[in-house]
Amino acid sequence: MTLVSTAPARRAATTRPPEQARSRRHGPWIWLFLLPTIVLFGAYTVWPALASIWYSFLSWSGYGPERPFAGWANYQLAFSDPLFWKSIGVTLLIIVVTVPLRVLLALVLAIFLNDPRLPFARVLRTAFFVPVVATTAIIGIVMNFVLDPAGGPVNHVLGNLGIGPVDFLGDSSAALWTVMGVHFWKWLGLTLMYWLAALQTIPNDVQEAARVDGATARQRFTHITLPMLAPFVAIITMLTIVETMQIFDLVQTMTGGGPFFSTLVTEVYIYQQAFETAKPEYGYASAVGVLLGVLTLVVVGAAAIVSRLIGRKGAVQ
Amino acid sequence: MTGTTMTRNQPLRGRRRTAGWVQFAVLAVLALAWVYPLLWIFAASLKDDASIFTDGLGLIPQQWNWQNYAEAWQTAGFARYTLNSLVVTTGSVVVVVLRCATAGYVLGRYGFRGRRVVLGVLLAASFIPTGLAIIPIVQLSTELGILDSTIGLILALSAGGNVAGVLLYTGFFAQIPDELEQAAHVDGAGFLRTFFSVMLPLSGPITATVAVVTFIGTWSNFFVPLVFTFSDPDKRTLAVGMLAFQGTNSTDWTGLAAGATMSLVPVLLVFVLLQRYFVEGIAGAVKS
Repeated sequence: MTLVSTAPARRAATTRPPEQARSRRHGPWIWLFLLPTIVLFGAYTVWPALASIWYSFLSWSGYGPERPFAGWANYQLAFSDPLFWKSIGVTLLIIVVTVPLRVLLALVLAIFLNDPRLPFARVLRTAFFVPVVATTAIIGIVMNFVLDPAGGPVNHVLGNLGIGPVDFLGDSSAALWTVMGVHFWKWLGLTLMYWLAALQTIPNDVQEAARVDGATARQRFTHITLPMLAPFVAIITMLTIVETMQIFDLVQTMTGGGPFFSTLVTEVYIYQQAFETAKPEYGYASAVGVLLGVLTLVVVGAAAIVSRLIGRKGAVQ
Repeated sequence: MTGTTMTRNQPLRGRRRTAGWVQFAVLAVLALAWVYPLLWIFAASLKDDASIFTDGLGLIPQQWNWQNYAEAWQTAGFARYTLNSLVVTTGSVVVVVLRCATAGYVLGRYGFRGRRVVLGVLLAASFIPTGLAIIPIVQLSTELGILDSTIGLILALSAGGNVAGVLLYTGFFAQIPDELEQAAHVDGAGFLRTFFSVMLPLSGPITATVAVVTFIGTWSNFFVPLVFTFSDPDKRTLAVGMLAFQGTNSTDWTGLAAGATMSLVPVLLVFVLLQRYFVEGIAGAVKS
């Protein structure tokens, strides 16, 4: 063991030119290779993040050079804007309802799909993954028709059963739940992929050793699988939340935030303020965007703390 | 002794196998429900205007109406949208692979001043929510005069984010033995030759992962091409083109289904064929 780990280091010390010398020789090349990333990343990621904050302090419609400094005015406007609060409420409700469902059900599904006795496991996994890669905007547009109260196939079937018609997307009390249902269907496979990756990290010989020692399947599950999965709860919950906050494509194509703002998520509200009104408000839209960014950090942070606590409790038990 | 274990194990193994098949049956029903909406879209694209309403959720068209595809392709502009999607997606994949590979190469193999700063900024920026950057990106593209151009759209899609791609390459190149590089040096290969003819070919699996993840993400992107093609409908990609199709031909549902099928089949095909690489890219997010 020691032999193996020191051998490369020793070899490196004797034959390999010191890293600094190597770097000096290739200095210009190094920076040339970094140039595309520095320029593109700077212009399209770092600068936009800083510029959004700057724009949020301007009174700016997006047209023309007229953009006076406005101080906190945009933020004050947001805090007194009922639609802003409505959009935050809708966004949080979607997270609170769908994220725990997705994380839990995907875990159950992952455990069944990871079972070595299961025939055709690969085919079954693929079936759950496929909606994940299907273009969200297209799913949203097609769902408009599938769920249509007048001629859509779902209501056709419900009608034959003597139910309905149900106005899934036109009724303001049903639309949000419909959007959540489609979102859940589409993205469950992504959380499933995360859990399957987590399950792969549990070494097979640990399970095998427990089996030899006479542990039942149930004991192996509660004493080996669950504790070893606990550390992944936090990261998988966070990834699922961040992904849920980016729900623009589905909501925009399914409902556009309506009816009566019942599905107005913050991302759609920002889009409307910046691009969809006769009087665009880049400054205000940027302020709402910054607030959404702050909310994302807060929610992800809170989720990390909560799931770490749960994880620790699970590990102790 | 051996005899008794044999007889005790035999029915147990049999029971296990049955349990596996019971599990399979339940999961298969669920899996079918999960792909059903997509199968329905494909079926609907072959139905005629009347039966799409009367068939309900049925999957088998009464007659195979390929006409829908011809109409979507020619009259609804899907030929144009498909070409745009192909150009934009291919361009993005090339840009992302090249810039992630070059950056990952020097970050993984060279210790130089500023390396930690570059890595630190990359990691920090991966926490920036991507959707919020759209207004400054539109502003930047307007000022550069590339808002309505294909190049502008490709850059907006491929220039931001992709930190995971850089880190994948960094990790891969860091563990390649130095002997290989020295051998190339002895053979007279310079920095560029070493990279392009030794290192980049070695990183094939990483390149496949980055390319597949980028392909699927770009093909399906909606927000950026939507905003970039407001004033030029001819530049629309498939995802955005569908939206316009819905507005102008609101009654032509079979054509819409045909358009949806045309947009979905390439990305689903890439996924099913290269699934391993995509899942690896996603798994990297969990394990790191």
